[in-house]
Amino acid sequence: MKYVFFLVLLLLSGITGHSTKLHVGPDKKYKKIKQAITDAKKGDTIIVFKGLYKERNILIDKSVTLIGINLPIIDGDRKFEVLSVKASNVTISGFKIQHSGYATLDDPGGIKVYESENVKIINNDLYDNFFGIYIQFSKKCVIKNNRIISFGKEEQTIGNGIHCWKSDSLQIIGNSISGCRDGIYFEFVNNSTIWKNKAYNNIRYGLHFMNSNDDAYYSNKFSKNGAGVAVMFSKKITMRNNHFADNWGDAAFGILFKEISDCILTGNTFDRNTAAVFMDGSNRTLVENNQFTNNGWGLKIQANCMDNIIQKNNFIKNTFDVSTNGTLLLNQFKNNYWDKYTGYDLNKDKIGDVPYRPLSLYAVIVESNPTSMLLYRSFIVSLLDQSEKKIPSLTPENFIDESPLMKALKL
Amino acid sequence: MNRILKYILLDILKNKFVIAYTIMLAVIGWSSFTLEDNSAKGILTLLNLILLTVPLVSILFAAIYIYNSAEFIELLISHPIKRKDIWLSLFGGLAGSMVLAFVLGAGIPLLIYSDFSQSILMLAIGIIITVIFVALAMLCTIIYKDKAKGIGLTIILWIYFALLFDGILLFLMFQFSDYPIEKPMVALTALSPIDLSRILMLLQLDSAALLGYTGAIFNEFFGNTKGMIISFMLLLGWIVLPLIISLKKFNRKDL
Repeated sequence: MKYVFFLVLLLLSGITGHSTKLHVGPDKKYKKIKQAITDAKKGDTIIVFKGLYKERNILIDKSVTLIGINLPIIDGDRKFEVLSVKASNVTISGFKIQHSGYATLDDPGGIKVYESENVKIINNDLYDNFFGIYIQFSKKCVIKNNRIISFGKEEQTIGNGIHCWKSDSLQIIGNSISGCRDGIYFEFVNNSTIWKNKAYNNIRYGLHFMNSNDDAYYSNKFSKNGAGVAVMFSKKITMRNNHFADNWGDAAFGILFKEISDCILTGNTFDRNTAAVFMDGSNRTLVENNQFTNNGWGLKIQANCMDNIIQKNNFIKNTFDVSTNGTLLLNQFKNNYWDKYTGYDLNKDKIGDVPYRPLSLYAVIVESNPTSMLLYRSFIVSLLDQSEKKIPSLTPENFIDESPLMKALKL
Repeated sequence: MNRILKYILLDILKNKFVIAYTIMLAVIGWSSFTLEDNSAKGILTLLNLILLTVPLVSILFAAIYIYNSAEFIELLISHPIKRKDIWLSLFGGLAGSMVLAFVLGAGIPLLIYSDFSQSILMLAIGIIITVIFVALAMLCTIIYKDKAKGIGLTIILWIYFALLFDGILLFLMFQFSDYPIEKPMVALTALSPIDLSRILMLLQLDSAALLGYTGAIFNEFFGNTKGMIISFMLLLGWIVLPLIISLKKFNRKDL
C-alpha cells in the first residue's frame, strides 16, 4: 500500500511538472545560454545574467522562459540569426539582441518565431539587426515594449522592425521602432491588434499592411517615415486615435489606402504630411472625427473610390483640403469643418447655410497636369481659385459638403 | 556723377510716397510674422508681397519720377555733363532709394523672425526685383515721351509679368500636356523674373515637396550652387538689358 501511494505521488509530480530555474552567467553554473536550453525541460525558466553572449544561432525548441537580468547582450556577429523560436509558449524578455546576419534569402532576424503559438517577446532591445522581430505562421503571440533600432541606409539592405507573415491573433503593443525598412509589416495577418507603438525615421513605411484582414491599430504614432503608413489590399481594418506627423517629401503621405474596403478611420490626427490621406480604390470606408492640419493635401481621393463617408473632420491650414483626379465622385462629404469656408449660419444651428465646395480649381488643374504646380502661389492661381469659388464651372458638381460646420470640432 | 546721384537719392528719400511705401512694407512685414503662428507662413505672405506689390510700386514710382523730373534732366543736359552719367545717376538714385525702402521696411522683420539663410535669399530676391522693375521703368519712359502712354506701358508690363505670363504658361501646359514638357516649362518659367524668384524661394521652404516631380527638375536646374549662379545671372540680365537699351536710346534722344 505504501508503495502505491508513493507511486501515485511520483506520477502526480510528473504530470504537474516541476519548473526549475537555470542560471546562466559568467560566474554561474551555465556559461552559455545554449547549454542551459539543452538541459532545460518544458516549462523551465532560464535566467541570464549580465554579460556578452556570442553563441552563433540560438535555437529555442522547448517551451521555456528566458529572462535577462540587467540587459545581457546576445550578439549574432553579423552572421547569424540571433534567436530562433521553434516552440510554443516561449517567453523572451529583458535582452539586448544585436548584430544579426544579413541575407536576402532566409531573412535572418534578431528574434524569429517559426510556426509557434503563444510566444511572448517583452522588454527587449533589438539593436542593429537585419530584421528586428520576425513572426511567421504563428498565432497568439505578444510583442510588447521592445525598442527596435536599426541603421538602414536603403530599402534593399535592411529588413523590417516587426515583420509578421501568415499569422493570426498577434498583439503588438508599446514598441518603438526606428531606422528599419518598414516599422511594422503585416502580410496575411488577421485578427491582430497594434497598440501604442511608435514608428519613426523608418526608410519606407511606419506601418505596412498587405492582404491582412480584420486588424486594428490604435493610438500609435507614426512620424518622419519615408512615406508614411500604407494599408493595401486589406479588409476591415480599424484605425483609431493614431497620430501621423511629418511624413514630408515627394510622394510621401500620412496614410495610403490602396484597394481596401470596409475600413474605419476615426479620431486620428494628421499633421504636416505632404498628403495626409491618399485613397486609391478604397470602398466603404468611414473617415470620421479626424484632424487634418498643416498638410499639403488633406485628402487625396481618387475617382476609383466608392461609397466612402467623410464626416465630422476638421480641415485646418492645409494647402489643398481635398483633391481628386476625375469628375465623378461617389463618396459623401458631410458635417466637416473647413477653415476656408466663408458661408454664414442664419438659424444658428452651427451648420453653414451655404454648401461648401472643398475642391479648389487649382487642385483639379494640378491633378490633371502636375507641371502646373510650377505656378503654386502665383497671382493667377489665386485669381482663378477665387473666380471658381464664386461661379463653379470646372470643378465636379457633386463634390460638395452640403452641411459644413461653422466651428471646428473639439477632437 | 556722385553729386547728381546724391542729390537724386536725397530728393527721393524725402518723397512722402517713398516714406509711405516703407511704412506699408514694415506694417505688412511685421504683421505677417506676428499674426501667423509660424515663420514659414509669414515668409510666404511676405513672398506674395514681394512678387506683386514691390514690382508694381517700383515700376510706377520710377516712371512717374522720371516724367516729373523731365525739366530737371533737360537742365542737367544743358550743362557739360555726360548724358550717360545723368541717366545712370537717375537709375542709381531711384534703385538705391527703393531698395533702401524695401530693406528698411521688409528686411528688419525678415531678419528678426525668419531663418537666416531664407531671409537672406528673400532679401536678395526683393532687392533684385526692385531694381529690375526700376530698370524696366527707365526703358518705358525712354520709349514714350508722352506720360500717359509711358505709364500705361509700365502697368501693362507689370500685368504681363505678374499675371499674363503665368496665364500663357498655364495655357501652354495644357496644350502640350501629352508631351514631356517639364524641362521646357522649367526653362520658360525661368524667363520671367517674378516666376523665377518665386520658385527659387519656394524651393527653400518646406512647401518644396508639394512641387513634386517638376519641382525636382527645377531643383536639379537651379537648386545647386551652379544653378543659383545661373538664375541670379538671369535676374541680373533683366536689370542690365533694359538699362543698356534705355541708356543707348537716351544718348541719342532729341530732348
